[in-house]
Amino acid sequence: MSGIALLAPDPTILARRDAIVAGLRAIVPGEGVIVSEDERRAFESDALTAYRRVPMVVVLPSTTEQVAEVLAFCSREGVPVIPRGAGTSLAGGALPQEDAVVLGVAKMSKVLDVDLANRTVRVQTGVTNLGVSAAIAHEGFFYAPDPSSQLACTIAGNVAMNSGGAHCLKYGVTTNNLLGVTFVTLKGEIVEIGGDALDAPGLDMLGLICGSEGQFGVVTEATLRILPLAEGARPILFGFPSPEAAGACVAAVLGAGIVPVAIEYMDKLAIDICEDFAKAGYPRDVGAMLIVEVEGSAAEIDEQLARIGAIAEAHGATYARQAKTLAEAAAIWKGRKSAFGAMGRVSDYICMDGTIPTGKLPEVLTRIGEICEAQGLKVANIFHAGDGNLHPLVLYDMNDPVSLAKAERAGEDILLACVEAGGCLTGEHGVGIEKRDLMTAQFTRIELMQQMRVKSVFDPAWLLNPAKVFPLENRIAKAAA
Amino acid sequence: MIRDDHMETVSPFDEAGIEATIREAAEAGTPIVVRGAGSRSGLGRPVQAAITLSTERLTGVTLLEPSELVVSAKAGTTVAEVEAELARVGQRLAFEPLDHRALYGTTAEPTVGGLVATNASGPRRVIAGAARDALIGVRLTTGRAETIRSGGRVMKNVTGYDLVKFACGSHGVLGVVTEATFKTLPIAETEATLVLEGLDDAHGVAALCAGMGTPFEVSGAAHLPALNGAPSRTCLRLENFESQVAYRAGQLAARLKGFGTASRLDAEASRTLWREIGAAASLLGAPERAVWRVSVAPTRGPGVVARLGPLAEAHIYDWSGGLIWVATSAEGDAGASTLRPIVREARGHATLMRAPDAVRAAVDVFEPEAPALARLTAGLRASFDPAGVLNLGRMHAR
Ligand SMILES: Cc1cc2nc3c(=O)[nH]c(=O)nc-3n(C[C@H](O)[C@H](O)[C@H](O)COP(=O)(O)OP(=O)(O)OC[C@H]3O[C@@H](n4cnc5c(N)ncnc54)[C@H](O)[C@@H]3O)c2cc1C
Repeated sequence: MSGIALLAPDPTILARRDAIVAGLRAIVPGEGVIVSEDERRAFESDALTAYRRVPMVVVLPSTTEQVAEVLAFCSREGVPVIPRGAGTSLAGGALPQEDAVVLGVAKMSKVLDVDLANRTVRVQTGVTNLGVSAAIAHEGFFYAPDPSSQLACTIAGNVAMNSGGAHCLKYGVTTNNLLGVTFVTLKGEIVEIGGDALDAPGLDMLGLICGSEGQFGVVTEATLRILPLAEGARPILFGFPSPEAAGACVAAVLGAGIVPVAIEYMDKLAIDICEDFAKAGYPRDVGAMLIVEVEGSAAEIDEQLARIGAIAEAHGATYARQAKTLAEAAAIWKGRKSAFGAMGRVSDYICMDGTIPTGKLPEVLTRIGEICEAQGLKVANIFHAGDGNLHPLVLYDMNDPVSLAKAERAGEDILLACVEAGGCLTGEHGVGIEKRDLMTAQFTRIELMQQMRVKSVFDPAWLLNPAKVFPLENRIAKAAA
Repeated sequence: MIRDDHMETVSPFDEAGIEATIREAAEAGTPIVVRGAGSRSGLGRPVQAAITLSTERLTGVTLLEPSELVVSAKAGTTVAEVEAELARVGQRLAFEPLDHRALYGTTAEPTVGGLVATNASGPRRVIAGAARDALIGVRLTTGRAETIRSGGRVMKNVTGYDLVKFACGSHGVLGVVTEATFKTLPIAETEATLVLEGLDDAHGVAALCAGMGTPFEVSGAAHLPALNGAPSRTCLRLENFESQVAYRAGQLAARLKGFGTASRLDAEASRTLWREIGAAASLLGAPERAVWRVSVAPTRGPGVVARLGPLAEAHIYDWSGGLIWVATSAEGDAGASTLRPIVREARGHATLMRAPDAVRAAVDVFEPEAPALARLTAGLRASFDPAGVLNLGRMHAR
């Protein structure tokens, strides 16, 4: 039905299905092994819903030891494994295949330890991102990376994708807030990497594993760095006559030595759709909008916002609204955080995720407009402007294969434009299957080979998430398993 | 390419030269030691090599884009030059580089390549992250004599595996870093440091942790025990706009009242103090002493030091107590057999930062890895440097 090639299932594995299920049942009792087709169907895709494959079997272990036994078993049996958190990947990172075991960490979702003096928490990785902050908010702390999907997505997925969020301009992404993991290798070895100190010994294995898209092993526990909540935070909303004016304002704010916690951009179409949905009070008569958030005491916030306001005015802002109450602040963010949901109500869309040098914003935005127009599609632009991470939402009709093909084509062209502008294919969603075939546009053959060698060290037989990240052609030879 | 036969030093002008040198050495199985300026050459296990491959001629800041908060420089560029270029536009690296010259008694200006290879991060690590967090792109010539890029010049990038982080702190065992791109930040308008006097280690670290738990963005947190009759000092740094620092210093002092009355160092004195804390050496006594770097969760630090007893001839705590610099006698194994188990029991790890070559050749300089992890490390290393010629033995005995 769609453009991205997937691996054909291995009939010799399918033929052994009953034995494989029995083997898994011997490790994980009861409802931890999901066999019926109806129930397996719940795992057939992630948030890249245009692609679906019902997995052979789903296993949801409750302990790290069970995960280790499952992996050792699959490794012995030569069965592919698709690690899974909440299945919110937008890149098809958690997309199953018919001959694979989906290994989910959903049943391992406890917060194991909160250590406020050392500012760390230890969690099982099936906990949701928001669940971490929720467990410590009453103590005045939070976990900084805040993907818009934070209600649903898990720390497992965040670590695998090195996820970011609106506030990472100041606080960094997952890798900058991760101190240690319990990592299970395909052979079933349980390896502690890092810990609760600020740095880990040896080569930076933690840095390598974070962002490895479930291709190296399964992460079952994590130690996260937490931070004290700011005294206060306040967003301000600016409207500009044009995208260019908004882009120039972003560069000027950063150039002036001010680094807000977040700078979010929305274009006209995005504003309209979000406003219809969230009634956040966004201005409808502007060409683009920025949400800028700063933190500190009330006086500090006033001072920073005054500086930022002056810069925005100098760049032609025609609208400015500061949140005066917590409720107003929440409303401003509600519109932005519900953007993807709001968009989903009016149309199917694919959400792109390229990053560009912020100086190239105006020209890349123009280019995105042209690309989508050429395919006859509409595009809404939402992005983390401070760090140049674009999220163009290309609207299409899922029931129309021609429309999907056009959307995928436009998406590809947009990402290639990002690479050409000096940026990259993905800023936070990961490569998955979605951007897999574009990897040759960003990396040379030599570079891809080295990355594949790294995968082969962890997974010589390429059983973990095998269809992802690297184009199916020209792959490194599998080592004999 | 310039070849100096006496020194057996090769100093290529470009990546092609680096590649050629490595290719030749890999084919012949000749070990290479990689070198920037040599300001940190006492770090790691001594390497026996026939060729010194120097990056000193790969120089220059190649990208400086203040409105995008980014700077790139070739490996042989001095850190001082990068910092000076950034200072001209009111910025600095997003992390605080650590200068090891005082520790090793070296004089050469540290280079960008050495900074990346050692992930050398100073006091601001507690809030701003390490070199590896600020590093957003590298070019690396691997032991296969192939130059690969990872990351780039943009702030957010998850395209492909994060070999940027993996290269950072790899001590040259994967490849030669030829160019690096960092995130930058505006230089803070001013700074000040609050100092509490007379606290013992446990209370000092408790005060640091309390300070780090406030919303005032403490950007340096160190406890310096009593020395030569002077009382101990517990130091908390604030950096920000003038008015913010003034306000936050007041608030922070109030929150720490239970630990005593804090005095306040102004910007100039504060800068001097943190330079001294970062370099650590001057606070650890005679240069003949061995120096360990112990990483542990802050609150477990004082317990570690107490158990070390007289083995710890001097010590200071940085990173809110999570980094302990410990001076020991350089005799024997420099205390390794006593220190390592104590640190491990506290779930920490230790690096022998300074000791005579013979000691560093005989004991593990870096924390020994558990077998499963050691196998992964060895496999990964071999995937970058199959001939095993780069900085052989620097991190782990062969
Ligand atoms: C509405 C919406 C908004 C979003 N907003 C953001 C955003 O702001 N920022 C952002 O970065 N992302 C965002 N995302 C993308 C997505 O939420 C993130 O990629 C998230 O980290 C995925 O988490 P998950 O638990 O759903 O993982 P899954 O989708 O289940 O899996 C993601 C990847 O992780 C691997 N994996 C899962 N568990 C493990 C494990 N235990 N060990 C090893 N590998 C594992 C999977 O194989 C897969 O490759 C958004 C998605 C949606 C639908």
